[in-house]
Amino acid sequence: MNEYSLLLTLLLPLVGAVSLLLGHRSLAFQRAGGIVFSSVTFALSLYLVYVVDRAGFVVIQVGDWQAPFGISLVADRFSAVMVAVSSFMGAAVAIYALAEIDEARLRKFFFPLYLILLFGVNGAFLTGDLFNLYVWFEIMLIASFVLISMGGEKGELEGGLKYVCLNLLSSVMFLAGAGIIYGKTGTLNMADLAYNLSVAEDVNWVISSSMLLLVSFGLKAGIFPFFFWLPASYHTPPSAVSAVFAGLLTKVGVYALFRSYTLMFAPIFPEVQPLILVLAVLTMVTGVFGAASHFDMRRILSFHIVSQIGYMVLGLAFMTPLALAAAIFYLVHHIIVKTNLFLVSGVVIRLKGSCDLAKVGGLCKSAPWLAILFFIPAFSLGGIPPLSGFWAKFALVKSGIEIESWWAVTAALLVGVLTLYSMTKIWGEAFWKQQPENVGAGPLPNPVGRLAYMLAPITVLAVTTVWIGLFGEPLFSFAERAAAQLLNPQEYISAVLQPNTEVLP
Amino acid sequence: MKYFILNQASRLLFPALLVLSLIVLYRGHNLPGGGFIGGLLAATAFILVGLGDSMERAKELLRIEPVKLMALGLLVAVVSGMPSLLRGAPFMTGEWLPGFSLPLIGKVHLGTPLVFDVGVYMVVIGFALHTTFCLAELAYTEIKEHEE
Repeated sequence: MNEYSLLLTLLLPLVGAVSLLLGHRSLAFQRAGGIVFSSVTFALSLYLVYVVDRAGFVVIQVGDWQAPFGISLVADRFSAVMVAVSSFMGAAVAIYALAEIDEARLRKFFFPLYLILLFGVNGAFLTGDLFNLYVWFEIMLIASFVLISMGGEKGELEGGLKYVCLNLLSSVMFLAGAGIIYGKTGTLNMADLAYNLSVAEDVNWVISSSMLLLVSFGLKAGIFPFFFWLPASYHTPPSAVSAVFAGLLTKVGVYALFRSYTLMFAPIFPEVQPLILVLAVLTMVTGVFGAASHFDMRRILSFHIVSQIGYMVLGLAFMTPLALAAAIFYLVHHIIVKTNLFLVSGVVIRLKGSCDLAKVGGLCKSAPWLAILFFIPAFSLGGIPPLSGFWAKFALVKSGIEIESWWAVTAALLVGVLTLYSMTKIWGEAFWKQQPENVGAGPLPNPVGRLAYMLAPITVLAVTTVWIGLFGEPLFSFAERAAAQLLNPQEYISAVLQPNTEVLP
Repeated sequence: MKYFILNQASRLLFPALLVLSLIVLYRGHNLPGGGFIGGLLAATAFILVGLGDSMERAKELLRIEPVKLMALGLLVAVVSGMPSLLRGAPFMTGEWLPGFSLPLIGKVHLGTPLVFDVGVYMVVIGFALHTTFCLAELAYTEIKEHEE
């Protein structure tokens, strides 16, 4: 029965996309379907988390072709929680889209593509096969290519072009890396690869392909020095789209990094650890400086994605149980908070016609509720207790102190202060200061739907942030259990290769 | 403007290409062929009618909107994975009907992998024709603007 929870969570967005395509004439059906399918997927994903937490692993050998020959779908605790939180974002943003996505976009199949995007994201989290991961990336990317350039305006096409080119480059690297691995080991099943590499006498050859995959996943995750495409494209599409991109797509890259370096490349991890550590710190620092130098709300937030990705990769670089748990907690917290901030920026655009901080002001007076709803995620991102970001940073820094990686810890703390600085900048400029004279564009003409549809998901996400901050213990202990699984790849290997247990020690 | 020879040829070739596409679709499980290539062949049949006669005629022959065909194809492909779940086997496990012989064709094996291929076939036809119809419409409006 456990398999059904995995299968349904994975397939429901696809079934949703199909039914929305079949009924593409009715806009009401598009909107309702988008919300219903993404919400039910969220509910199923929660069940999947419950099942996986009890069983440890849920594995499907698709088509009854046993691993390593067939394609395995594998849910461990880490991937299950990623699926759950991204489906949560999917449902929240689908509601938000009611108020922002206009008829022209709906006619161009916004919701089917949106569900296909969620399908691709969930698939990438659940696959246990390296080449299959590539395929899920492509599904996700093709949907995102259309979503990012759907409006056809100049800015959108410009951002979309950069996004497409960089992601295609990353796919090429991925294929090259996977090809070398396949040529050398003759398998692409992650568990089988991990087993083969863990018993091989000489594994140093795999460093080359692990570097190719590092570049590829790094490009998608937006780590230093591959992040430049991200702030150049994420501020162009509608806020609903950039929110779901900001929340989910880079995290798929982070997930892939975690998966490959804790599972397949675990034997060579000590060799690449210093590199990943340096990259993580540089990602944090460059991201936060980039944010400090910008004055457009969505650009600032985009640079903060980069700097926060640095924290997560830092957790991977430390590779202790506490650090991995902190990184998983960080991922969950960050997806929620970052999506929420982008959603808030959409409300600011709607109320003020722009999110350029020079042209916006006085929101504290004119929209105090929005000020509160911005305050929560922004200062959670900055790491103010008792919000969720504080615990994430606290655990990460603590794990850094435990292994006495002083300079990385110093950088992490410093970046935290600078994050707070740019959140205070947005707060001071957009909310606190007076509306500047003669520059404001005024509220957007003809908004698509009611403001309440925007505020409802923002409120839910803000409450979740506070809730994780106040009662974060269950989530953190879940993250610890997930980290324990990641640190013990033997479990994963034997769960996937079960029928072949005789070859295992 | 219609070319007489192309027009006449498309009438003859249309059914022939469709039959060929079905043969390629059917043999695809163990031999070169399958849903993708079969779908492309079937799409060329419609495109040939579109060029030889008119895109409207091709749309009439298709009877269903290409987008819906795509969606139905995806649905067929998803559903083809389900029968194995009934007996507790993993998703997408091939379920086969007992084989039987037919004159001309020989031994016939029907099963869910063929259904999956039919889904692919429909998606490919839908995709190729949706693209073609959109491009043709664009080109048509451009020619009209040019003439004006």
